[in-house]
Amino acid sequence: MPRIRLWLATAALGISGCGGPFPQSTLHPRSDFARATDVLFTDIFWWAAAVFVVVELMLVVALVRFRHREGRPEPKPTHGHTLMEIAWTLAPAVILVFVAVPTVRTIFATAGEAPADALKVEVIGHQWWWEFKYLDLGLTTANELHVPSGKPVRIAITSADVIHSFWIPPFGGKRDAIPGHTNYIAFRADSTGDYSGQCAEFCGASHANMRLRVIVDSDSGFGAWAQAQLGPAATPPQRSLAAQGKTVYGRSACIGCHTIQGVSGGVIGPNLTHIASRATIASGLFPNDSSHLARWIADAPALKPGSIMTRMQPPLTDADIAALVAYLEILK
Amino acid sequence: MSDAPAGLTSWLTTTDHKRIGLLYFWTAFSFFLIGGLEALLIRAQLAQPDGHLVSAETYNQLFTMHGTTMVFLALMPLSASFFNYIVPLQIGARDVAFPRLNAFSYWVFLLGGLFLNASWLVGPLFHAGMLNVAPDGGWFGYANLTERQYSPGPNIDFWLLGLQILGISSLAAGFNFIVTILNLRAPGMKLMRLPTFTWMTLVTQFLIITAFPVITVGLVFLMFDRFFGAHFYVHEAGATPILWQHLFWLFGHPEVYILILPAMGIVSDVLPTFARKPLFGYTVVVYSGILIGFMGWGVWSHHMFSVGLGPIADSVFAATTMLIAVPTGVKIFNWIATLWGGAIRGTTALHFAVGFIAMFIIGGLSGVTHASPPADLQQTDTYYVVAHIHYVLFGGTILGLFAGIYYWWPKMTGRLLSEPLGKWHFWLQFLGMNLAFFPMHFIGLLGMPRRIYTYSADLGVSDLNLVSTVGAFLIAVAMLVFLHNMWRTRRHGQRASNDPWGGASLEWSIPSPPPVYNFSVIPTVTSRLPRWTTERHGPMKDPPAVPPGPIHVPGGSWWPLVAALGLPVMALSALTHTLWVVFVGAALLLVGIYGWAFEPFEV
Repeated sequence: MPRIRLWLATAALGISGCGGPFPQSTLHPRSDFARATDVLFTDIFWWAAAVFVVVELMLVVALVRFRHREGRPEPKPTHGHTLMEIAWTLAPAVILVFVAVPTVRTIFATAGEAPADALKVEVIGHQWWWEFKYLDLGLTTANELHVPSGKPVRIAITSADVIHSFWIPPFGGKRDAIPGHTNYIAFRADSTGDYSGQCAEFCGASHANMRLRVIVDSDSGFGAWAQAQLGPAATPPQRSLAAQGKTVYGRSACIGCHTIQGVSGGVIGPNLTHIASRATIASGLFPNDSSHLARWIADAPALKPGSIMTRMQPPLTDADIAALVAYLEILK
Repeated sequence: MSDAPAGLTSWLTTTDHKRIGLLYFWTAFSFFLIGGLEALLIRAQLAQPDGHLVSAETYNQLFTMHGTTMVFLALMPLSASFFNYIVPLQIGARDVAFPRLNAFSYWVFLLGGLFLNASWLVGPLFHAGMLNVAPDGGWFGYANLTERQYSPGPNIDFWLLGLQILGISSLAAGFNFIVTILNLRAPGMKLMRLPTFTWMTLVTQFLIITAFPVITVGLVFLMFDRFFGAHFYVHEAGATPILWQHLFWLFGHPEVYILILPAMGIVSDVLPTFARKPLFGYTVVVYSGILIGFMGWGVWSHHMFSVGLGPIADSVFAATTMLIAVPTGVKIFNWIATLWGGAIRGTTALHFAVGFIAMFIIGGLSGVTHASPPADLQQTDTYYVVAHIHYVLFGGTILGLFAGIYYWWPKMTGRLLSEPLGKWHFWLQFLGMNLAFFPMHFIGLLGMPRRIYTYSADLGVSDLNLVSTVGAFLIAVAMLVFLHNMWRTRRHGQRASNDPWGGASLEWSIPSPPPVYNFSVIPTVTSRLPRWTTERHGPMKDPPAVPPGPIHVPGGSWWPLVAALGLPVMALSALTHTLWVVFVGAALLLVGIYGWAFEPFEV
């Protein structure tokens, strides 16, 4: 059944001449949570489609059959019909029972509970980026969430400032990130791959730019990734450009907001200890390459409106920026 | 007094419900066009991925003002224009119960709307550019983003002060119409003989007077947070921003019915007239309207499924939300049964009324898909919900209101709108809205959140967005056709008789437009369909063209306008943090009310 709905979607897309892939699609579930939701939606969709066809058909038939034509007698002034009223009160009520029962079952089945051995990740929404803390691993990263395939994951969601909403459609529904409140979702990702999500609750100027990537690794791949993330920050070779960059970093405002383990301990912005291991910067907005890093450091608000990482005063020189980029690029 | 006075002064001081109805119409229609222009800019920005027609900040103001304008300045007051013009005629009254309060409601609405929209232009006064200080927190204005800490500028101040002003207008009108409908009915006009539009108006007014105080409380809290350092929505101080969501949606869901019930009433009047058949199941349609009004209070948390209220709360609100589909479905079946067996005349008004049913079904059914919380978690805050609300509020309310416009235009202006142009208008709008809003279902399911000023081509929704934008511009073309139709009708429209459609209710028994006193003789009503032949009754005799004696109608008054002026002045004081201005505003309000209270009785 879900296939047919996919065809409908695909047909619509076909007409508009566009294929895919759809990295944020809710119609291509990739976890148990998303699958349960999709099955339920598919169920309701078919009930809705059936009602739609029946009611619209009745409407069209009435319009065609009873259109005014000269010479027809005046219509009979009927005022109502009790049995019919009862019938069409009961009919939707009965259909709704078929919608409500699986709904309630799915609500409780997807309430965010996970087995004790689940991988626990805390997600903290910030204006406008995501912080991920792997509590059991003692590991903090940002904007790119790694999870192992086939293992239960439990995500605790909260916010450091305003309300955001954490949403990775292929893995299930969104939950709001609310300051002073924690929400939970739990899922088990089906297969390895690279997916995307984004903030779903309007959270200010750059709400549209608060994206994230999710990388589902194999079990061993996840272990290797975590191992690398737990390692210390790379040290630049002496007298290299990167070493100059480290000096610039250490004497600039960077250290007030960012953590690089062993170098600085700021907690306002994303942890940069292993920034070079990430494929994107600025919460999924740009590829992590030297030109985007340089533009970002020079003028972040120009790339992400409202960003609190303002232009440095006094401004960094081009040489400073090049050195900083070189430094960040060795932080694998 | 039988001749209507002319001139600007007569309009500024008018207390005639018909003139106030026309003022509501033209004002609300102007705001509707402004809200539409905002929508076009939004769609132009989203026509392509990574659009940069407007900045992020401007885009956020555009969608905030689009929503706020359409809900509070266009749809509600367009309904109000029919409450004003039509309801007294339908119940056989000479005016509303409190004519000067009615004028006050209108002036407060106008000034509140101007106050909100002034925010587009007055940026320089706040040391910002133009297009910089309009509200930018969304029409739902979620705390704590709206707190001073996260929204330091005057943007949110404009919004919260403007909405409070508008709330006063709605509340005053609400009480006025409840008293009018309950007390000024012509002899024999029992409650169960009221035309359905008047019934739905009554239900709507009860929703207004109960729902608006809730948002007023929410806005006052927000005002205290922003201006006086209170912490109603600040979690660091032990409160929670979720409080705002409860207050807002406790108002916001009844508000949806405030927007849709009048349109349902219009459709329930238009269908019987053009099917030449009484409304099927009148009693059931009325009771289901009342039931929807009550049930509308028990569903607000379905706007908050992603907040994490827990599985039990989610289950309860899912159930209540699904239940509300039952009375709604009943109405739809009764409308179809009204058409069934009729002799349907395909006038433009009927086109719009049938369009309402056809489109509202889609909005209702997509609504059922997000009554289910797990499904909703994938849909809420995406374009799927944008599709849903537009099928309900555009496919529903706006098509319903246009049915009313084409239906009552001859009564209100004395001329019939062109039917061929009307059909063009309808089909362009119908096609345009489906092109604009249907693809949004897919856009949302494919993962595009709402309220984003830009999106990545990677999402795979670029072409669908382009189609949607084309649809939006097609709607704009439809509006141009309608504007042309109105313009042309001023001079060349066919003159309307008392009753161009063969309507059943009292407004069709008097001239078009009606004289200032409406009814030369107050009619006595003996049936639910006074002007039609039914099994037991022949049609009533229309009132004579000339009144048998002098008729008292309320005189003009400046005081409602003076009192209304006080409110935006007081808001200006808060906006500019200038204390003394509030005393000027309060003085205006008090002087206005004093003069109003002691105004000599004029015959």
